[in-house]
Amino acid sequence: MTSTHNTTREPVVGAPVDRVDGPAKTTGAARFAAEHDLAGLTHAALVTATVSRGRITGIDTSAAEALPGVVAVLTHHNAPKLNPPKRVSPVNMSTMVSGTQVNYLNTDEVHWDGQPVAVVVAEHSHAAREAAALVEVTYERLPATVDFAAELPNAVLDKGNMLMPTGAKKGDADAALAAAPVVVDSEYSTPQHHHNAIEPHATTAVWHGDELAVHDATQNMAWLRAHLALRFGVPEAKVRVLAPFVGGGFGGKGFAWPGVILAVLAARATGRPVRLSLTREDVYRTVGARTPSTQRVALGAGRDGKLTALVHTAVTRKSPVGGQPEPAVTPANHLYGAANIRTGQSSVTLDWIPNTAVRAPGDAIGSFALESAIDELAYELGADPIELRMRNEPERNPIDGKKFSHRMLREAYELGAHRFGWADRSPEPGTTRDGRWLVGTGVATAYHPQLRLTANVTVRLAADGSVTVRSGLHEIGVGAATVQAQIAADALGVPFDAVHVECGDSALPEGAMAGGSMQTSSVAASVLAACRKLTRRLDTLARRSGTAGRTPAEIVAAAKVPYIEAAVGSDTRIGKAAGQARFMARTARDMRRWQKAACGAHFCEVRVDADTGEVRVSRWTGAFDVGRVMNRKTAVSQLRGGIVMGIGMALTEEAHVDPRSGRIMNPSLSGYHVPVHADIPPIDIAYLDEPDPTMPLGLLGIGEVGITGVAAAVANAIHNATGKRLRDLPITPAKLL
Amino acid sequence: MRTFDYVTATDVTTALRTVAERPGAKFLGGGTNLVDLIRENVERPDVVVDVTRLPLTGIDELPGGGVRVGAGVRNSALAAHPLVRTRYPVLSQAVLNGASAQLRNMATVGGNLLQRTRCPYFYDTASPCAKREPGSGCGALGGITRDAAILGVSEHCVATHPSDMAVALAALDAVVEVESIRGTRRVPVLELYRPPGDTPHVETVLERDELITAVELPAADAAPRSRYRKVRDRASYAFALVSVAAALRLDGDTIVDARVALGGVAPLPWRAAEAERLLVGAPATEETFARAAEAELAAATPQHDNAFKVELARRTIVATLRELQEHAAAGSAA
Ligand SMILES: Cc1cc2nc3c(=O)[nH]c(=O)nc-3n(C[C@H](O)[C@H](O)[C@H](O)COP(=O)(O)OP(=O)(O)OC[C@H]3O[C@@H](n4cnc5c(N)ncnc54)[C@H](O)[C@@H]3O)c2cc1C
Ligand code: SF4
Repeated sequence: MTSTHNTTREPVVGAPVDRVDGPAKTTGAARFAAEHDLAGLTHAALVTATVSRGRITGIDTSAAEALPGVVAVLTHHNAPKLNPPKRVSPVNMSTMVSGTQVNYLNTDEVHWDGQPVAVVVAEHSHAAREAAALVEVTYERLPATVDFAAELPNAVLDKGNMLMPTGAKKGDADAALAAAPVVVDSEYSTPQHHHNAIEPHATTAVWHGDELAVHDATQNMAWLRAHLALRFGVPEAKVRVLAPFVGGGFGGKGFAWPGVILAVLAARATGRPVRLSLTREDVYRTVGARTPSTQRVALGAGRDGKLTALVHTAVTRKSPVGGQPEPAVTPANHLYGAANIRTGQSSVTLDWIPNTAVRAPGDAIGSFALESAIDELAYELGADPIELRMRNEPERNPIDGKKFSHRMLREAYELGAHRFGWADRSPEPGTTRDGRWLVGTGVATAYHPQLRLTANVTVRLAADGSVTVRSGLHEIGVGAATVQAQIAADALGVPFDAVHVECGDSALPEGAMAGGSMQTSSVAASVLAACRKLTRRLDTLARRSGTAGRTPAEIVAAAKVPYIEAAVGSDTRIGKAAGQARFMARTARDMRRWQKAACGAHFCEVRVDADTGEVRVSRWTGAFDVGRVMNRKTAVSQLRGGIVMGIGMALTEEAHVDPRSGRIMNPSLSGYHVPVHADIPPIDIAYLDEPDPTMPLGLLGIGEVGITGVAAAVANAIHNATGKRLRDLPITPAKLL
Repeated sequence: MRTFDYVTATDVTTALRTVAERPGAKFLGGGTNLVDLIRENVERPDVVVDVTRLPLTGIDELPGGGVRVGAGVRNSALAAHPLVRTRYPVLSQAVLNGASAQLRNMATVGGNLLQRTRCPYFYDTASPCAKREPGSGCGALGGITRDAAILGVSEHCVATHPSDMAVALAALDAVVEVESIRGTRRVPVLELYRPPGDTPHVETVLERDELITAVELPAADAAPRSRYRKVRDRASYAFALVSVAAALRLDGDTIVDARVALGGVAPLPWRAAEAERLLVGAPATEETFARAAEAELAAATPQHDNAFKVELARRTIVATLRELQEHAAAGSAA
C-alpha cells in the first residue's frame, strides 16, 4: 500500500509471531465458556436416551427432584415451548446451523441413542449429575435402522446443490475403464470419527428479561445468535453470544447441538443463569460425528501411466433428522488429469444423530481412498508413485477445465522429496528391515479447496497510535486474532504491539465462522479493505493538516480528533442482506472462474513389527503450497496438527457403535483412541510461501489441508513395508496379521 | 455419581474395622479405577476408606532372596525400585507398560490387582451386564467383542482382566498377603482370581472386608531373564490386546525353566501352564516356541470381533520367547 505516512519498518506478516492469546491461556486468565461465575449460577446435566428410535412413555423425576440442591428437572412435560428449527435454505445460510431438526424437550419422540430427553438444573454440578442418573425414563421402542454395513445395499444416490455438489461427470469413465490396459478397482472404508476437542462443549446462559447472553464454545457466533433468536422467539438484537476463547473445534462447534439450546432453555425455565458443561460422554452422544464411509475408486490407465478413467463413488450415512452429506468424492474432480471422470455419492439413512463437519469433511476420507488407489496403480505399473502423479498433473481443473488460481503441487513434491530423501527408497515392498521392524515409506497428496465468506470489520486508529480491529471472529486456538493483528500492523505501517484485535463477541461487527479453512482469508480481506480506507482518510487528514510524512499517531493527534475509523460491511438488516447478496454473487463468479485450493505432499516412513503388526510412524515430511504464510509459527502448528489427526485416522481412531443398538460403546478418551505423544514422530513441515494471486495477501486456508492425504500416506507406507494393502481404517495390529 | 463418605485410615486395624462394620464400604487406593466407576454409577459405595496412608509402602528384601512389596506402594515407585528392576524386570516392564505416568503415580499395588474389567458394557449402565448387575445378562455377547477374552470365558461373561502388573505377578508366582478382622492369610496370585462361571460379579476369592497388605515375590532364578511384551492399539496409554510375561532359563540350548503368562486374553491373568510344560526340556527353537503357543491356545474360544487375538497371542508368545532366547545366546556368547 503506498501512502504518504511513514511506514519504514519490517513487515510482521510471515514472521513467527507469538500468539496474542498465549499469556492469558498459560496463566489461566482466559475464561472459557464453562468458567463464567455469575451470581446465582446453577448447573445443568443432561439425561440422554438409551434407545435409537422410540417414544417416551414415562419419565419419573421424583427421585431426582427430591435430591438436595436440585432446582428443576425439565422434560417434555414441563419444558418451555421452543420454536422448531427452520428447514435448511441456501438463501439463508444460518439455517444450516441447527445440528438436528429435533425440537428437544418439546417432543416425546426419540430419534437417536443419545438424544437428550431431560435436563436437571441444580445448585451444584455434582448434584445435577447425580440427579440426572436418578431420572427413570421408559420408552416404547420402535424399529430402528442403525447398522451402516447392513444398510449398504439400500444406499440411495444423493442429490447435491450448488454449494455442495455430490457427483460429477466428464466423458465416459466406465467405458474408458473397461477399455483400459491397466486397471485398479478397489473398495475402501472408513469408520465414524469424532472431533475430540480438548474443551468439551459448554454453555453459560443468562436471561435478563427478554435479553439473552450466552457464553458458548462455538465456532460460529453469528449463525448461533440467529438460531437462538429464532428458537426462543426474541429479536436477534436481544441475543448476545460470547466466545472469546474456545478450546478447539475441528467442526464440532460449528453447529448448534442440543447442549447450547438446552442450557438457554433451562435458564429461561428457571429464571437463573445456567451452566451446562457436557461430559466427554455427552459430547460423543449429542454432537454429530464424521460419517462412516465405503468408497470405490477405479482407475484405468495406459501402460505409460496416463489415466484414462477415474471413478470414485462413496456411500455415507445420513439422518432422517437433518444434516449435510459428506462430500467424499470431490478430490477426484481436482487431482488428476484423467480423460474420463465419474464421481457419485449415495447415502444410507440411519436412525442416528446427523453427521457433521470434522476437519476437512469429505476430503479427509475421500483422499484416503483416492490416494491409496493411485499408489496401487503405481505399484501395478511398476512406477514411482510421485512420477505417476506428475505424469497426470493437470494444467486445468480436470472435471470442468477451469483455471487454477494457483497450483504448485509439483514444486511441493520436489521440495518434500528432497527433504525426506525419497530417492533412497526401496520400491519393492517388504525389502527393508531393521531388527524386528519392517520399514516402508509412502507418499500422498494433500488437497483442500478454498472458499471465502463475508466478514464485517472496523479498524480504528487512535491518537495515541493504538489500532483496534473489531470483528466477531473466533479464536478457537489457532492464532486467528494474532494473524489479523499482523495483517493490520503491516497494512497501516504501525508496530505489531500497537494493534489490538477484539473478537469472540457477537456484539462486534459480524465476522466469519471458523470453518472450512475460511475464517482467516475472509476476515483478512475485510481488514485489508478497512485499512485501505483508513489510510486514505489518514492521507486526507495529513494533506489538510500538513502532517504528511509523520507517523499515523502524529497525524491523528495533529488533527485533534480522538481517533479515526473505517468500517467494512454493515450489521444492519439491509447491510447484511446486501453483504449476503454480494457474497453469493462473488462466490458464484469466483467458482465459475477459478479452482482454488491449498495442496501439498505428505512423505511418511513407518515401521511395522513383523510379529505383531504394530505400526509406528517414524518419520514425516509435509511440504505444502498454502499460498503466502501469514505466521510461520501458527501455520506450522496447524499443518502439523492436521497430520497428527490424520495419523490418528490412519491407525487408531474409530467409534465402536453397537450394530444392534446404535449406541456408541467407547465414548471416552480411554476407549476412543486418539494418538498419544508416543505415536507421533517429529514432523517436518515445509511450505513454498508463494502467494495465490486471487486471495487477500495471497494467503490460503491452512486449517484442514494438513489432514488430507495423511491416512493414505500411512497406508501406502505400510504397503511398502509389508506388501499388505490395507483399505479399511483404522489400520490396527489386528488387520496386519 | 452418588454421594458417599470419605474416611482416611492411618492404621490397619481401623481400616479393617470400618470396612467390616459398614456393608457399603470399600477400600480406596489411588482411586484411579474406583472413582471412575463411582462416577459412572457402576460402583456405589456408601463410604470409601482411603488406605494410602497406611504404613504399607515398603519394598523390602526377604531372607532367601525374595522381595516383599507393600500394597500401598505406588505403581511408579514399584517399577523404579532397583530390587524390582534388577531381579524382576518383567514386573517393572509390565507396570511401565500400563496406563500413563500420571495414573501410575496414583495407582497402588493393591488397587491394581483389584481393578475391574474395561468391558465397555460393564461401564455403561444402560447396557445389561451380569458382572455389574447379576442376572441382567451380557451386553457384550453378540455386540462389540474386540476386547473380549478368548480363554477361560463362560457363557455368562467374556470380559478380560485388564491389569498388566498382575500378569507379571502371575508369571512370578507371587503371593498376596491379605488381612481382615479375622486375621491374616496368604493367597497365591494364581489363586486370587476366580473364573466367571455363572457368577461373573464374583471376581476374586477375597471377602469384601479383606485388605491386601502386601505382595511377596519369591526368589526366582529365571526372573532376571524375563520380559513383558504388550501389544496395543497405540504406542502408550491403551490396554493390552495381548500381552505376554515370560521368563526362560536355558542350559545350553535346552530350556530348563519357563514361565509364561498372558494378559488381555482371559478373565484373569492367564498362566500358560500347557505352554510351559511343552517348553521345559525342549530345545529353545522357534518350532518349540510355536508348538507351545499353539498348544496353549488350542482351547481358545473367540467371539465375533476378536478371532485375531488367537493369532496375535501365538505370535506374541513366540516373539517374546525368541527375544529371551536370543538375549540368552548373546549373553553366553559374551
Ligand atoms: C485411562 C486409564 C488407562 C489405564 N491403562 C492401564 C493399562 O494399560 N494397564 C493396566 O494394568 N492398568 C491400566 N489402568 C488401570 C490402572 O492400572 C488402575 O486403575 C490402577 O492400578 C488401580 O489402582 P488404584 O490404587 O488407583 O485402585 P483404586 O481405584 O483405588 O481401587 C481399585 C479397586 O481395588 C480395591 N482396593 C484398593 N486397594 C486395596 C487394598 N489394599 N486391598 C483391597 N482392596 C483394595 C478398591 O476397593 C477398588 O475396588 C488404566 C486406568 C485408566 C484410568
Ligand atoms: S462380558 Fe462380562 S463384563 Fe462384559 S457385559 Fe458381559 S457380563 Fe458384563
